[in-house]
Amino acid sequence: MLNYTIRRLLFAIPTLLVISFLIFAILDLAPSDPTGNLPLTIPPEVREKIRLSLGLGEPFPIRYLKWLQQFFINEPLNMIEQWFGITIGDSENRLRVQSWATRSPVVDLIVERMPQTLWVVGMSYVVGILIAIPIGVISAYKQYSVFDQVGTFISMVGFSVPTFFTGLVLIVVFSSTLGWLPSIYDTTHKVTDLASFWFQVKQMIMPVMVLALFNASQLSRFMRASMLDNLSQDYVRTARAKGLKERAVLLIHVLRNSLIPVVTVIALGIPQIFGGAIITEQIFRVNGLGQLLIIGIQGADIPLVQTLTFIFAVLIVLFNLLADIVYGILDPRIRYE
Amino acid sequence: MSETRPPQSTVLEVNDLNTIFRTRDGEVHAVNHVDFSLATGELLGVVGESGSGKSVTMMSLLKLLPSPPAEIVSGEILFEGRDVLKMSDDELRALRGGDIGFIFQDPMTSLNPVFTVGYQLTEALREHLDINKKEARKRAASLLAKVGIAQPEQRLKDFPHQFSGGMRQRVMIAMALACEPKVLIADEPTTALDVTIQAQILELVRDLRRDQGMGIIWITHDLGVVAGIADRVIVMYGGQIVEHATVEALFKDPRHPYTRALLAAMPSVDAERTEKLHSIAGQPPSLNKRPASCSFAPRCEHAFGRCTEENPPLIETSGGHQVACWLEHPQYMEPPSEMHLRESF
Repeated sequence: MLNYTIRRLLFAIPTLLVISFLIFAILDLAPSDPTGNLPLTIPPEVREKIRLSLGLGEPFPIRYLKWLQQFFINEPLNMIEQWFGITIGDSENRLRVQSWATRSPVVDLIVERMPQTLWVVGMSYVVGILIAIPIGVISAYKQYSVFDQVGTFISMVGFSVPTFFTGLVLIVVFSSTLGWLPSIYDTTHKVTDLASFWFQVKQMIMPVMVLALFNASQLSRFMRASMLDNLSQDYVRTARAKGLKERAVLLIHVLRNSLIPVVTVIALGIPQIFGGAIITEQIFRVNGLGQLLIIGIQGADIPLVQTLTFIFAVLIVLFNLLADIVYGILDPRIRYE
Repeated sequence: MSETRPPQSTVLEVNDLNTIFRTRDGEVHAVNHVDFSLATGELLGVVGESGSGKSVTMMSLLKLLPSPPAEIVSGEILFEGRDVLKMSDDELRALRGGDIGFIFQDPMTSLNPVFTVGYQLTEALREHLDINKKEARKRAASLLAKVGIAQPEQRLKDFPHQFSGGMRQRVMIAMALACEPKVLIADEPTTALDVTIQAQILELVRDLRRDQGMGIIWITHDLGVVAGIADRVIVMYGGQIVEHATVEALFKDPRHPYTRALLAAMPSVDAERTEKLHSIAGQPPSLNKRPASCSFAPRCEHAFGRCTEENPPLIETSGGHQVACWLEHPQYMEPPSEMHLRESF
């Protein structure tokens, strides 16, 4: 297993290099101009100078190699320096990946935005899983019952109605009409005591529920299908013939088998948490990574978009590997050599 | 042939069992008016072709069929005098695996792939016997040894996929025997096994009957096995019992045309090799209606008027030999059909 993991990690290196090149090339081909958002009064010569100062004067391969150097060498070195409080070489003049819009290092921006996204989107993922698994299990066990029909209906609605609609409906009901919950997420809010914790819970409820509904809709269908697959297996009959309690048959024998594909799907979905939920973050004004990406795209902030997109790619590759490893742990029939 | 024991007390009695499947395309009458009984230490063979209702009958006994679609519409299943169909869930669970062990047909899919064999064995033990984990493991190892698995302690840690088909079937047998049941229902337990292992398993079953007085129901379509081990035999066709006799009577004097055809279809080692094996022409009946006529009539070369009009009941001919055929009916008169005259059994 360890050998397999190391081999997969080594294989990931060329994959990721190709991905980084593709992202860089696509962004370079895109007709975007970092000076496009500047006032029209700025003359073309000045704009050209701004472009040159951003490094756009260099040919494409040089710019790509410089980004590689900044991302793979300078940023890790900087991180090590910050963690251990040491100085390695000429750290003053080492160039980090910088945002064209804010002139601050992209990694710092990401680190700033990460907590909001992980809290809101991550929490919604956890809530979604916690809702989906019991619903999937009961729906499958009582197939075609009222519970199953209602569950099917709700998950169809949850899956097909976009989050910008459910989000707005929630805001209209709970913020505008009832006035129970704030409609804007306050990123600067600090939890210090019970009252401020309660406020944090209140401002998280709506974005978390909107995303959780969406996640749970998908996952509960998946869970149900997986349970149904296993409920009709011969080993379930064997377990019953042994005289096991129905609860043990369902929650030990069937669930254990049904979770194998579901856990894989859950693991594969985790990178999406880091990607943020662009639309939901916009609706509830959560200053997360999704919003950062949108701002970067709108402002033609190529280093920011490049770096953020590449980090998503790394996460997807890593969680694919993780899903495979978890699969191997859960299913004793799978052996990685 | 078999070690016949004098029939002792009846442990299992089935009266007029009817099981149907309610499917979208209508009802399937899988088990119709089945009666039989089993005494302690007795081995009852159940034979019939695929789809004749053998497995469904036996699974009905423990209510193991998924419901819906299956439903036991009427009948009585008495285990030591108590009606299984009227038992509470807890009583039924005590029966399953405790008093009645079940060996299923397909050892490849009947074990849970994600749990070790040890876990799956001890699970049944701990459910029915008041023992701790360590004792259960010890007992599980001795069970594996009993069914002829080498190094039982180590093999307890293995998963089902690490066993061959024959070994898995032995594990299934060990599981069914775990709590020393009074009745063992074996659904084609040796079909997937090669003959040497089959012989070992038959030997094991013989020992269990002798030592523990276990009543065994052995479902098979291998008449050779039945001849070797059974005391009595039930022949099923179209969800009904068509013949019920002691093993000697059945092989010496089969009364039902279907039984005769089955025996004729059996290849024999001593007999001269004929060009082709005998086969029974036609298809097994569809079970989408309650039988209103003899279900074997369309394939029977002796069928006459009454066979297609009325379903024959089981008629006792002599000394417990029962057969469901109008030819055996006391009121049966030689029909003036030239077809029948041609035939002599």
